[in-house]
Amino acid sequence: MKGSSLRPSRRPHVGDVVLWLATGFATLLVLVILAVILIDIIKNGAPRLTLGFLTKAPSDGMTAGGIFPAIFGTVALVILMTIAALPAGVATAIYLHEYARPTAIGTRMVRIAVNNLAGVPSIVFGLFGLGFFVQFVGGGMDKIFYGGDKVFGQPALVWAALTMAILTLPVVIVATEEALSNVSPDVRLASAALGATKFQTVSRVVLPQAIPGILTGAILAISRGAGEVAPILFTGAAYFLPTLPHSLHDQFMQLGYHVYVLATQSPDVDATRPILYATVLVLLLLTFALNASAIVVRSRMRRHLSRSHG
Amino acid sequence: MNGNSFEPLRSASAPSEGSPLPVAKSAEPVALPPAASRVTRETLKTSPVPHERKLQGRRPHLAERLTELAIKVLAYSSVAAIVLILLFIAKEAWPIFTSTAIHREVTLAKMWFIQQWPGYDAPEHIWQPVSEIPKYGVWPLVVGTVKVTLIAMVVAVPLAISAAVFVSQYAGRRTREIVKPAIEFLAGIPSVVLGFFALMVMASWFQDLFGFDSRLNAVVAGVALSFAVIPVVFTVCEEALGAVPRSYVEASAALGAARWQTITRVVLPAAAPGIAASVALGLGRAFGETMIVLMASGNAAILSGNPAESVRTLSATIAAELAEVVFGGPHYTVLFTLAVLLFIVTFGINFIGDQAISRMKRKMGVAQ
Repeated sequence: MKGSSLRPSRRPHVGDVVLWLATGFATLLVLVILAVILIDIIKNGAPRLTLGFLTKAPSDGMTAGGIFPAIFGTVALVILMTIAALPAGVATAIYLHEYARPTAIGTRMVRIAVNNLAGVPSIVFGLFGLGFFVQFVGGGMDKIFYGGDKVFGQPALVWAALTMAILTLPVVIVATEEALSNVSPDVRLASAALGATKFQTVSRVVLPQAIPGILTGAILAISRGAGEVAPILFTGAAYFLPTLPHSLHDQFMQLGYHVYVLATQSPDVDATRPILYATVLVLLLLTFALNASAIVVRSRMRRHLSRSHG
Repeated sequence: MNGNSFEPLRSASAPSEGSPLPVAKSAEPVALPPAASRVTRETLKTSPVPHERKLQGRRPHLAERLTELAIKVLAYSSVAAIVLILLFIAKEAWPIFTSTAIHREVTLAKMWFIQQWPGYDAPEHIWQPVSEIPKYGVWPLVVGTVKVTLIAMVVAVPLAISAAVFVSQYAGRRTREIVKPAIEFLAGIPSVVLGFFALMVMASWFQDLFGFDSRLNAVVAGVALSFAVIPVVFTVCEEALGAVPRSYVEASAALGAARWQTITRVVLPAAAPGIAASVALGLGRAFGETMIVLMASGNAAILSGNPAESVRTLSATIAAELAEVVFGGPHYTVLFTLAVLLFIVTFGINFIGDQAISRMKRKMGVAQ
């Protein structure tokens, strides 16, 4: 009697079977949803996905041709965005992790700001970009430099990129901070023991080790920036452009916005459907490639760190 | 530098009374517990070593200090961004309070209180900003937003929390390594793609399945929205469940509890603040999401509780209408007022979520 009650029972408890089945079913359902979405898009998008589709401009009222201008615009957008977001994001993370006292009021303010910035609805970013960048900054520049002519005071590539940079700032900050906290405290002490100043330690010892993590952050930010549409609706994205943007104050086409336009504003839905699916597939492949490379970089970094820690 | 301040040092490191250098050296092992580097610095400052300056490293150059200052200034860019966002959308919304020209067409009271419109039998809440008599009753939009958000949460929360429980409590390593990247991938799907899928594919399936009158409606939009919410809730929730100390689980098992008893009565209650936070963050995401609802909800501003009807949400209204308004006009001002509302509500929800997370972290930190 005594012995049998102490021995762990071999057969799983009924409650465990129920809970395992219920939670396992939920997990499976999420995976199935993902699979259904992917299969549908790949099945319908792949036939139209040719080299010509990637390198030609849309034609015949967007029922034929390709999406090259949208790809070009997306790439230009994320490059400019990264140039703006990366320095600010990395500096914030360095400050938060290496310099700031965690309890100081300023530090807490920055943290609250970063967390809430990540939660601001993307459409609000769009309105902000319109009110601040396009009208206030751009309009101001026009008044000062161009005698009131509309040059920068209208939706443009540069304003869309800056709006997107603010949106992706938290992504860069969070990833960089994680990378910094993965750098062992030993190397900081060792560097200090050799007589390095705080700044020398940070710039020559800590940062080089954190670069894969910062790269991960940049890639995730780009992936986010490539897919967001709401922030650029009013700050620079164009419905259709016959030429590529060739300066910062030009408008541009973008993949996500192109999907939105094709899906909702096409006069002939059936004619655009194959192109629409192929465009979605390109956008999906782009974000997938970016996310996958971020995951690879991160897991390599983890493996490298765990090896060097012993 | 009087004799008194040397006293404790000397007594701590009794041996040689002669030169100060050995004193400091032999004092070091005593004064340097593994605790922190600050102890070292204190020791150096009070130590009678003549070359203490060199031990502290050289003084930073001006260039270094300037760079450090630049880092500090850049670090406040997020604060600046948040403040500027609120400032500039509030600035564009401000005339709703002050401008008499706008008050001829719309006031805050007209937006929120029921109005009797010419040509209607009874007072009604109506959103019709582009008509002969512009009507800015926001209740249809608010109810639409709440409806879609609620449907999304009802679908997403149970699925995401269950999946998080499965992955963190039951799944083996190999399962985990499939499920977690898959959900990360779901999180990476742009919302415009989810909106496209809902609009082109899901809407037809749902109509065949449930026989909806309008193809695009709150259910289609809500379910599509839940696909964007699931990864948010799952990620935060899974992290919270993983942060529950092993000792809790082992103690529960040692008392003879079965796995499911440990999960439902020990692990889940311990992770409750984190789970609450995950729901809050998911709610914030659902409430502010734009492209999915813009594409899949049908965008008809109907005031009704029926989920099978077409709806128009706050975010979709802004996205759909701002492109066609007169800058600075009443419609423009009203749309920015809605943006302020969106900003404040999501800010509040996210703030609560973050507070719950940091409380959870503190609690777990103490427990471990």
